[in-house]
Amino acid sequence: MSAQLAQFLLSGLTVGAIYALVALGFCIIYNASHVINFAQGEFVMIGGMAAASFLGAGLPLPLAALAAVALAALIGMALVKFAVAPARGASVVTLIIITIGAAILLRGLATVVWDKRIHALPAFSGDAPIAVAGATIAPQSLWVIGVTALIVCALWGFFNRTLTGKAILAVSHNRLAAQLVGISVQRVLLVSFALSAALGALAGILIGPITFTSWDVGVMLGLKGFAAAILGGMGSGPGAVVGGLTLGLLESLGAGYLSSAYKDAIAFIVMLAVLVLMPGGLLGGRATERV
Amino acid sequence: MKLHAWLATAILATASAVQAQAPIRIGAFLSVTGPAAFLGDPEQKTLELYVERLNAAGGVLGRRLELVSYDSGGDAEKARTFAKRLIEQDRVDLIVGGSTTGETMAVVPLAEAAGVPFISLAGAVVIVEPVKKWVFKTPHTDRMACDKIFVDMKARGVAKAALISGSGGFDKSMRGECLKVAKNHGIDIVADETYGAGDTDMTAQLTKIRNSAGVQAVLNAGFGQGPAIVTRNYRQLGITVPLYQSHGVASKQFIKLAGDAAEGVRLPAAALLVAETLPDSDPQKTVVLGYKQAYEARFKQDVSTFGGHAYDGLMLAVEAIKKAGSADKARVRDALESIRGYMGTAGVVNMSAQDHMGLDLTAFRMLEVRKGDWALVQ
Repeated sequence: MSAQLAQFLLSGLTVGAIYALVALGFCIIYNASHVINFAQGEFVMIGGMAAASFLGAGLPLPLAALAAVALAALIGMALVKFAVAPARGASVVTLIIITIGAAILLRGLATVVWDKRIHALPAFSGDAPIAVAGATIAPQSLWVIGVTALIVCALWGFFNRTLTGKAILAVSHNRLAAQLVGISVQRVLLVSFALSAALGALAGILIGPITFTSWDVGVMLGLKGFAAAILGGMGSGPGAVVGGLTLGLLESLGAGYLSSAYKDAIAFIVMLAVLVLMPGGLLGGRATERV
Repeated sequence: MKLHAWLATAILATASAVQAQAPIRIGAFLSVTGPAAFLGDPEQKTLELYVERLNAAGGVLGRRLELVSYDSGGDAEKARTFAKRLIEQDRVDLIVGGSTTGETMAVVPLAEAAGVPFISLAGAVVIVEPVKKWVFKTPHTDRMACDKIFVDMKARGVAKAALISGSGGFDKSMRGECLKVAKNHGIDIVADETYGAGDTDMTAQLTKIRNSAGVQAVLNAGFGQGPAIVTRNYRQLGITVPLYQSHGVASKQFIKLAGDAAEGVRLPAAALLVAETLPDSDPQKTVVLGYKQAYEARFKQDVSTFGGHAYDGLMLAVEAIKKAGSADKARVRDALESIRGYMGTAGVVNMSAQDHMGLDLTAFRMLEVRKGDWALVQ
């Protein structure tokens, strides 16, 4: 019985780490602009699909991954240049709707540039499952968990220790004041979109061996990642991780002990309950409306 | 969309010697684009290819065939509109089409009211059950897939099986059919788990199945990447009882996605997938190999069972017209119903007044993944 529980926990961790990785991408753009980028799932898709196609063209995995991340970052910047920047001065809601449009466009492009088939990426260090307390976990899941932890630390350093990171936070707090002290809002947007696109692509490559990748893989991952980000507290890196893991564990325990047919419902009901009691999310700062 | 009809006519006007009589008009509405394009695209190509070939060989009853085809884009409403146009404006002699069950069912009342023979290319049992006077279908059903799997399980001594299925339409329909027919085979379904579209890990469900008492085999009714993830998780958890997949993943892509984990997985599939490996004595070999080679030579892409359904539909129509000696709708319908022993890509077709599909379990071959390829289970 305890082996069963261990398996549910490991399954939950695997799924949760994937959600957390996607959720992290939402944070950066949210921090810079208060925009929730609904094309975040598409960056994940682009990472996976591009890596798969570069691999197919004969590049070794590290190079293919690097090229895919770079491509996603470029697309992220193009998104700012051609979709977000021209709508300067528009409300946050308008910008969010623009990202939804961009997501649909990117999905369509993916079916044209690549194909409509499902692709698999090779696991980084083999498929032999690792046994822990009578349960098993795939080595790739450890990669996902490990890299997620690294990224959280790196992001913390970036936002608290570097000038660019601080500039992004400054813009997030008060755009006008930031501009007055000489921060280019345009550049901050560019950097944050490129960064979160690259992060999304990295997530897509890491989870490719587990979930496979296809032109529409971003829809569901984006949604779950968004839910994780909200649950943990939008904009908070550790919050994204806590939110992702919580969501993953809820799903896996719900499927295991209650009913697999209602596991999504169980996870979302708990999420709603958390948000009613703690509107800022588990680790979110208390939202204070400035007047 | 009418371009296809035009092209077919134009090319064949020169090829065919017989021009005196009016052509036999075959109407089609297919999901050439949209979410069901993987069905409609090969179907459309197959119809074009074979109408062309039949005409080059002198047509049917000395008359040319003319294909009038519309793209319904997977939309039942559009399918209905196009079917109406086929019947009322294009005045086709019969209809071959309907890539999805939804589109087919939207058109059934029209065909029934107008009295036009309608050969559907969609899967569900509801199309021919209860029997409708003017409606026939060529693909095997998911109930037959369940039957085939349970027969194989029984032969391996399985009495208790577990079911895991996705939440898509195909998955749900097959799950329902399997639950319905399991009893007929004396198999007890002791666990019934599901997973969502886009789920990334099914180890929780599979752990539950592993811990259900007495499970001797597991059946996964699913489509897309879900079954490949299930297969990988299955091996990760070290479950040793046999795993069965559905015909929904009967393609090389499944083996590629699931990798080594796919070894030993069994699934029912149409003979078309293993055309080359069929023994020469197999009566179906010439038909499936002929179609496969013709299709792949012309379109440079892998043949799919869906295109095969269209081939069967067209050939059944031709067979019936020949048998009836005319394209008269009522006589063609009667001829369709009396077709026996016709060998198609889906299997032997024996139509009757009670059975407008005419396939039996021999339509499916039980395949097993061995060394990264399909092998026939004898």
